[in-house]
Amino acid sequence: MISEFRQHVIENLAKPKVRANFRKAMDGLMQRRLDQFPDPQELDRIRTQAQAIRANALSKLPELLEQLEARLTANGIHVHWAETTEQANQTVLAIMQQHDAKTLIKGKSMVSEEMGLNHFLEAHGIDALESDLGEFILQLAHEPPSHIVAPAIHKSRQDVAKLFNEKFPDIPYTENIDELTQAARTILRDKFYSADIGLSGVNFAVAETGTLCLVENEGNGRMSTTVPRVHIAVTGIEKVVEKFSDIPPLLSILTRSATGQPITTYFNMISSPRKPGEKDGPEEVHLVLLDNGRSNIYSDPELLATLRCIRCGACMNHCPVYTRIGGHSYGTVYPGPIGIILEPQKAGLDVHGELTQASTLCGACGEVCPVRIPIPTLINRLRFEGVRKDASTTPGTGSRRKLQEAAAWKAWSWSASHPAVYNFGATAATRLQGMLPTNMSAWTNVRSAPKLAEKTLHERLKDLGVADE
Amino acid sequence: MSKPDTVYFFGTCLIDLIYPQAGVSAIQLIQREGVQVIFPQAQTCCGQPAWNSGYRDEARAVARSQIALFPKPIPIVIPSGSCAGMMKTHYPELFAGQPDEAQALEVAGRVYELTEFLVDVLHIELKDLGEPVKVAVHTSCSSRREMGVADRIETLLDQLANVTKLEQIRKAECCGFGGTFAVKQPEISASMVLEKVDTIRATQADRLVGQDAGCLMNIGGAMEKQGAAIPHQHIAEFLWERTNMASTPLPSTPLRNHSHRTERPLNEAAARSLSGVEGNKETAQ
Ligand code: SF4
Repeated sequence: MISEFRQHVIENLAKPKVRANFRKAMDGLMQRRLDQFPDPQELDRIRTQAQAIRANALSKLPELLEQLEARLTANGIHVHWAETTEQANQTVLAIMQQHDAKTLIKGKSMVSEEMGLNHFLEAHGIDALESDLGEFILQLAHEPPSHIVAPAIHKSRQDVAKLFNEKFPDIPYTENIDELTQAARTILRDKFYSADIGLSGVNFAVAETGTLCLVENEGNGRMSTTVPRVHIAVTGIEKVVEKFSDIPPLLSILTRSATGQPITTYFNMISSPRKPGEKDGPEEVHLVLLDNGRSNIYSDPELLATLRCIRCGACMNHCPVYTRIGGHSYGTVYPGPIGIILEPQKAGLDVHGELTQASTLCGACGEVCPVRIPIPTLINRLRFEGVRKDASTTPGTGSRRKLQEAAAWKAWSWSASHPAVYNFGATAATRLQGMLPTNMSAWTNVRSAPKLAEKTLHERLKDLGVADE
Repeated sequence: MSKPDTVYFFGTCLIDLIYPQAGVSAIQLIQREGVQVIFPQAQTCCGQPAWNSGYRDEARAVARSQIALFPKPIPIVIPSGSCAGMMKTHYPELFAGQPDEAQALEVAGRVYELTEFLVDVLHIELKDLGEPVKVAVHTSCSSRREMGVADRIETLLDQLANVTKLEQIRKAECCGFGGTFAVKQPEISASMVLEKVDTIRATQADRLVGQDAGCLMNIGGAMEKQGAAIPHQHIAEFLWERTNMASTPLPSTPLRNHSHRTERPLNEAAARSLSGVEGNKETAQ
């Protein structure tokens, strides 16, 4: 039986235009990143520095979160804790209801995607409008993001032109990117003024100063967090860093790894609501800190590295699997290599365990990750978690163990650790090759069957008299 | 390290069964440099297939039977980045906390991938005796990223006066083999290898060489299935052939795929992947 994931893959591989969009976009992003790091030794150094900053933060996560809460509270920002996405949604809803709010304008936030916030609010009669251009496009198209940094990367300019034309017939048809952007700006401008509440994500939360940092290119993040009367920020508990001085190196490696920009157009630091005498800014600021399985990941000393992620997207840009199947095939909020390690740990290996197979372990992701998450090593670990027999802390552990497969590996292991058996098997295989099944269809659909040699290397070397010990 | 008198050779299971000539050639290359080779006949497989599938106990049982085969303190040369990477970087993980961890670490510390050994330890000097030939090189991901020895195969080929290297686009991208990945996710694997084939064909090379049998079996098998395959060879076999024949023109030894190369237009997928179409401007957060 073909799994749901493979069905998605088969469908998406059969879309040549979308595939070409991904290929072109990923090639471009890879090149732009490369251009930002001309000196490999310097890159090595700053990756180590970024890794150290994130590892340090995680090593004292509980203390830093307490410090963050204390500082934010002292700065006048309300802090809310949510163990589940349901609690996070309820928290946002409660704030909205307190203010009798009916409309929400959103800057880009992957955590809000994780929460399914838009659907949740919609069900409670609240309009949530995306203001990031990519997210705005996807909201019009009723599609989820396909990339964590560039959510609409699967769409071509022409796709967007058609979509705008269909949704906004008053605006003249154009395929010009600047004109399309301008059209979206005009539509959104009014919404910023009329929205009751603004919502954003957070890139870094500084424990030392109680500062929320937001990295963006369009200015919509700044608008969402300053124009409406109330600003709600949502983020995962792992986003905290210890010191203010941690920000410059992290920010620099983030933008260079993500989009190949030395810095983004906007960088927002939010440290309090509007103070008396200030001309702008929200009157109230809230931070919702979401756990959603992160504490559990935190409890495993190896898998903990997953939480170092700064969501740059470089791992997916460089992943040959992601580039071909696209973000939607994964069926998860976070696609690509980070999704492969993060999603099964959150939802369970019984739910998303197959994603651990969506990698050749080629190592391209681990090679570019700015915080040196050993992604292939963690994929291997999760494959082990999927089939292990004893219990562990990863949800769904052992759920991928199939009797037949386990028996096959056992038999293989036995023969390969008993040389006489292995050699007999290998010799027999080379002699009997005419009788081997030639239709191992998974392999032979696009490849000829491997031809066994007439004599094994063992036999050849014995004949040649090569020493055995 | 300085040149040793004797080395162990670990042939790998794919070379054992499918490309034994590569193993023989590798040993001949080493012996020609005045180094003796020991091939423990009890060797089987490094255990990687089970390791990468999550079956760690099964992988360890096999690995355990292998580390016992290399008792002398001499290098272990492996004609595969992938199997060398398994022993060098993953044995320490696989044996962490086990009673024989020290032995596994000691073995891991002596592992060399073949091209790495030829260049870094033997400082081999090659004299090209072959006719002019154009080759494309596929470097395995494990040689590149796990072992960090991707440039050694290039160094070796650069010594051959009549060999012209042609570079395919996206050379560093994985061929889609990934061991059991090829059968677990056959559709993704197929799309990867077909694009890899297209980029290699586009170079118009006469020959494809690489240092890993898995990639060669994957890429070569896909070309054979299409027909008019570019013959592929393990680097050891290619080097031995180029430097050990007096006057015989190529191909001196029967190549695995002696289909004659004919001009073949790029297929549709290649044309697509090579040119691409306009994507949208990314919108960073
Ligand atoms: S895992 Fe690394 S490369 Fe991938 S998004 Fe996170 S930080 Fe970036």
